Amino acid sequence: MVKTTSKDAQDLFRALRSAYAATPTNLKIIDLYIVFAIMTAVIQVVYVGIVGSFPFNSFLSGVLSCVGTAVLAVCLRIQVNKENKEFKDLPPERAFADFVLCNVVLHLVIMNFIG
Amino acid sequence: MVPLGRIIGGTLYPGLMLTAAFIYWSLRFLRFAVHIREVCVLTAPFFASNTTIVAYFFGKELWDSSAGLLAAAFIAICPGYISRSVAGSYDNEGVAIFALLLTFYLFVKAVNTGSLAWALASAFGYFYMVSAWGGYVFIINLIPLYVLVLLITGRYSMRLYVAYNSMYVLGMLLAMQIQFVGFQHVQSGEHMAAMGVFFVLQVFYFLDWVKYLLGDAKLFQAFLKITLTCTIVVGGLAFGVGMASGYISPWTGRFYSLLDPTYAKDHIPIIASVSEHQPTAWSSFMFDFHILLFLFPAGLYFCFKRLSDATIFIVMYGLTSMYFASVMVRLILVATPAVCLISAIAVSATIRNLTSLVRTKSKVVNTSSSKGAVSTKASSKASSDLSPPFGRNAAIALLLGAFYLLSKYVIHCTWVTSEAYSSPSIVLAARGAYGGRVIFDDYREAYYWLRQNTPPDAKVMSWWDYGYQITAMGNRTVIVDNNTWNNTHIATVGRAMSSYEDEAYEIMRSLDVDYVLVVFGGVTGYSSDDINKFLWMVRIGGGVFPVIKEPDYLVNGEYRVDKGAAPKMLNCLMYKLSYYRFGELTTEYGRPPGYDRARGVEIGNKDVKLEYLEEAYTTSNWIVRIYKVKPPSNRW
Repeated sequence: MVKTTSKDAQDLFRALRSAYAATPTNLKIIDLYIVFAIMTAVIQVVYVGIVGSFPFNSFLSGVLSCVGTAVLAVCLRIQVNKENKEFKDLPPERAFADFVLCNVVLHLVIMNFIG
Repeated sequence: MVPLGRIIGGTLYPGLMLTAAFIYWSLRFLRFAVHIREVCVLTAPFFASNTTIVAYFFGKELWDSSAGLLAAAFIAICPGYISRSVAGSYDNEGVAIFALLLTFYLFVKAVNTGSLAWALASAFGYFYMVSAWGGYVFIINLIPLYVLVLLITGRYSMRLYVAYNSMYVLGMLLAMQIQFVGFQHVQSGEHMAAMGVFFVLQVFYFLDWVKYLLGDAKLFQAFLKITLTCTIVVGGLAFGVGMASGYISPWTGRFYSLLDPTYAKDHIPIIASVSEHQPTAWSSFMFDFHILLFLFPAGLYFCFKRLSDATIFIVMYGLTSMYFASVMVRLILVATPAVCLISAIAVSATIRNLTSLVRTKSKVVNTSSSKGAVSTKASSKASSDLSPPFGRNAAIALLLGAFYLLSKYVIHCTWVTSEAYSSPSIVLAARGAYGGRVIFDDYREAYYWLRQNTPPDAKVMSWWDYGYQITAMGNRTVIVDNNTWNNTHIATVGRAMSSYEDEAYEIMRSLDVDYVLVVFGGVTGYSSDDINKFLWMVRIGGGVFPVIKEPDYLVNGEYRVDKGAAPKMLNCLMYKLSYYRFGELTTEYGRPPGYDRARGVEIGNKDVKLEYLEEAYTTSNWIVRIYKVKPPSNRW
């Protein structure tokens, strides 16, 4: 039972890797950015778990900055992905401009909130 | 220090004041010499007109531009909204309904286009709403619910993902900038639904993506199993730990009282006592919506017939807000935009069908063409059961009927606005026996009497409803007012009002009361007086002081003031102060003296004697009665 599960997992992993290799480079860059943002958020959460959340607004703004960045990047990824039929009409330039605008707002608010 | 108020700065939704100040500054900057008071008076009507514009665009987004136009027309005169948007109603709701509708419109737009910019705009709308009114909780629960419904019905799309997530993250962050809201978005149970849906959506998207990558059903099944177990365990654990450690606060009473209409009466009488928080009667639905009430189900039918992401949203908004509106009178206001929009869809769709029938029918007659054209028209809803020769006439008749209904609506709205919402609440108007208008200006009479005839440091005890008015117009200190947060303090006044005179005297001495003010409608038939509010005083007093028991004031569960009333009722302070010397007065021809016109009975205790208080002033129509608390008698 254990053996089959691990074999399944290996299969799965291999299949995922080979499938992912076909992704265009610009999407891969965005993915890297997303992974980086999520990792940063996780590090902060772990840190808070160890040290304590005393300036709670600072913690929140730190985590939300990462989460927000990641979510916005996912949205950008969805919008610039050529395979998505829903966003055929949206030019990538427009998507990127929206992304930048949202990020500016996000980080201005975070600067206000971080205290 | 009386009255005990809450701390204004930290517990305030600043949106309304900021808006008014902003308008004032911009007008001053443009060199218009306006007074801040004029700006405040006109803020609500100004935002109501903005609401109609938003309603137009929302209707256009939901259905078509004619529905938008109708929605704008409906909401412009709908009494349910006019009640909060007349000039001079400087209230949070005045700007909040605009913000609510704007947020919903922008969110639907974001879902329809999948654009980050619209989602950002919707987050800003949400921010404005949070800054203006506590009702933002409705948005932060309705939108996740909507997302969840779309997920369950299999209408998930990338557009939804973009719209909800960016709106949620940005809106939450913006909302945290409001001091009164603060960390509630991550700590209180009322906001957890939104966060849960946020995580669900992430998992859903991730799974979707992996499925797309793999393209292999069997492998994906295995993957799905692993991820789902992990997420459910982690999510459940996080929620459980959060609840157990008290990090996530449980739902507040206000939230419970919305979901369960009987909750407030048992647990928080102070909230239930406010007349705006009572369950809604059918008549007030009719009063505030008129024909929209009947068009609403028809509109729901059309929405279901042409189901899209946007119409699902308006259906959910309509249904939930209708439920809340029937729980609390006040929330009719929240339902009004939804009802107007859905009714507009109904009217627009019907009229469109009918007119197309009329038009093409005439063409058919002119060109005397084939039967094919007729059968396509027959599919339109209104005439599906009519045979072709009558179709056109019936359509014309129905159009006339629709016109008649709509004009009735206009007449009703005009009448309601002029009757109910155009006069100040402090000056009462009634129709005299010969149809003439009678004005009762007793409140101002009493407050000016207080101002002129009592020592400047006198303290007045009254029920909290009149606290602000006495402070502002009478310029005297009150014991409790509309802003008192200390429930015990209000309960003490309630206890004094419901005790026998000698016990009440002790309480009043300890509160250092000089005058007692009661509002009495027995002479004029004014029904929202203190005797009718009295049971709430008993309940609120009894909530803190168990010596006060509600059954003592009732006879067989019935509240009465006539001969059959409970003995405690007939001798409590409120009864005595209201009916002092009333037994000598004949209020209506052909009735015995002491006939209470507000309740329509002859009172039970006509011989009221006061020992520790003396009548100081009674206004010309007896609406306000003021008593002086006698100083303690000499000991020998």
